[in-house]
Amino acid sequence: MSDAVPAADPQAMAVAVEGASKTFNPGRANEVKALEDIDLDIGQGDFVTLIGPSGCGKSTLLRLIAALIDTTEGSVLVNGKPADAARLDRDYSMVFQRAGLFDWRNVSRNIELPLELMGWKAADRRRRSAEMLDLVKLGEFARHHPAELSGGMQQRVAIARAMSFHPKLLLMDEPFGALDEMTREHMQNELLRIWSETRITVVFVTHSIPEAVFLSTKVVVMSPRPGRIAAVIENDLGERNEATRDDPAFFANVTAVRNALRGGH
Amino acid sequence: MTGSAAGAGEDAEAVDDPMVFEQLLRQRAAREQRRARMRRTGRQVVVLGLFICLLAVLYSLYKVVGGGIDDAQSDWPLIGSILPESDDLKMPPVLDIVSGIFDEPRGTDEPFWSIVGKEAAFTLREAAVGFAIGVVVGLGIAIVLTTSGRLERALVPHVIASQTIPLIAIAPIIVIWGRKSFDFLPFEWQDWMSVSIIATYLTFFPVTINGLRGLQSPRPENLELMDSYAARWGQTLWRLRLPASLPYLFAAFKIAATASVVGAIVGEISAGVKGGLGRRVLLEAQRYTTGPERLYIAVLGAAVLGIFVFAAISSIEYALVGRKGRETVT
Ligand SMILES: Nc1ncnc2c1ncn2[C@@H]1O[C@H](COP(=O)(O)OP(=O)(O)O)[C@@H](O)[C@H]1O
Ligand SMILES: [Mg+2]
Repeated sequence: MSDAVPAADPQAMAVAVEGASKTFNPGRANEVKALEDIDLDIGQGDFVTLIGPSGCGKSTLLRLIAALIDTTEGSVLVNGKPADAARLDRDYSMVFQRAGLFDWRNVSRNIELPLELMGWKAADRRRRSAEMLDLVKLGEFARHHPAELSGGMQQRVAIARAMSFHPKLLLMDEPFGALDEMTREHMQNELLRIWSETRITVVFVTHSIPEAVFLSTKVVVMSPRPGRIAAVIENDLGERNEATRDDPAFFANVTAVRNALRGGH
Repeated sequence: MTGSAAGAGEDAEAVDDPMVFEQLLRQRAAREQRRARMRRTGRQVVVLGLFICLLAVLYSLYKVVGGGIDDAQSDWPLIGSILPESDDLKMPPVLDIVSGIFDEPRGTDEPFWSIVGKEAAFTLREAAVGFAIGVVVGLGIAIVLTTSGRLERALVPHVIASQTIPLIAIAPIIVIWGRKSFDFLPFEWQDWMSVSIIATYLTFFPVTINGLRGLQSPRPENLELMDSYAARWGQTLWRLRLPASLPYLFAAFKIAATASVVGAIVGEISAGVKGGLGRRVLLEAQRYTTGPERLYIAVLGAAVLGIFVFAAISSIEYALVGRKGRETVT
């Protein structure tokens, strides 16, 4: 397993996408050109959001990085390795819009799932899942079942599960998209806290402009048909907290992202 | 479900985290639901008892009406030709049936319920072995079919076609094979085992069909999640596909369990295997005139056996998946 794997180059980009294209069902009547000529570099410790209208290929790009699907052209490197090698090395973890917890497992055992797959001993798993529950502040719900939890709490468990084996990279596909606005802002604060505590690299898909600007160090704006990167907006808001949401710099960047989405500058 | 959070339920006002507060409300609702379910179960038992009484009353009432039909045929030609006439031979009185349960049939020193009970146990063993083999075979086929869509499309029609062969036709063949050909086995083949094979034939089918649906029931993103963890195929099967298919499988198990009893009884009758309920039904039909109530009791025994296996599977299901809100299978 992991000891057979060469250590990742610490200098390598967390994600390096070069000239990547993705065509679904090529040559058939239902051919879809989902992504065309994508170049994207994500540094270690960055928090990058992908934003764009529905159908512009955000999820597809995330799946390419995760090596859940193959590129039609171009290459994807994760921590300096081909994406699929990174997947096999468990370099990253994913969080989806639906928490996707296994409802026959309690919260703690859900968090242990990836650890089980990696062959961890029960005692180590127990200890790590307790740590993770503390990280997402759900300590007292370890033995609850997912069906008993609200949507926001389920998503926190999903994040704990994703972080349980300390991956270097977190890939999130509209993780807060199904939550109400209040819960959503609460979750954004929590995610930023976790990010600054762990310094994990995050690639975060959203179609909410304020969410993208509040969370990320870099906003990647995508345009549809075929999916391309329209603009990359550096978003240096420094230390973020509730006051950031009322900060003029925050609003300036919201406007910049909105203009980029409209296709003008 | 208990623990500190439930303990804090008493002073919910003191909780300031909105998520924890919401959680406490949910738990209260879940407790209510549990209580409602118990009340429902109690009502169901009462209703079942009343229903059985109602059937006995209707049965007795019909005897009153039907007893006159033959005489009245000229008066009510229509009714007389549609409804069968009844007398104590065709429809033994309810009280005869009840007392027949406790009588000792001539030539034995054992009450009839005990004889039928032992035969029911014999049939239950045939059915249970058939059910177990059917579950293993059915699930095995479903797992193999899950590996490839092409395999599924190619084989499912054959699985369905297998059920068009009449059970009664293959039963004697299986018994003959068992007696003549299965001597390579490390144990001596017995006729009841052939009956189990016959029962298997009915039980594997629902397990395969529902198992296939259940194994394919996880959402794509849950399968992607397993892929993203670089899970092996067997890990995904054991930790995702199989648990997700439990509700589907138990629906099939309930059908299969009752089918296994039917298969065992029909198998006994058509293959001429001694010792079980099927044989008893055949015997009591042959000597019907000397004790019509015994045939009724034998048939009631078969019905009770069917209900018993259904209830047994249901309670296992409740213990395994019932409690955990399976409405959110993801
Ligand atoms: N598995 C697939 N097969 C065929 N087409 C797909 C598949 N996945 C995505 N697409 C198509 O690719 C395009 C981009 O999809 P997606 O990446 O899901 O967009 P987004 O996440 O930005 O809403 C859409 O037109 C979608 O229909
Ligand atoms: Mg998407």
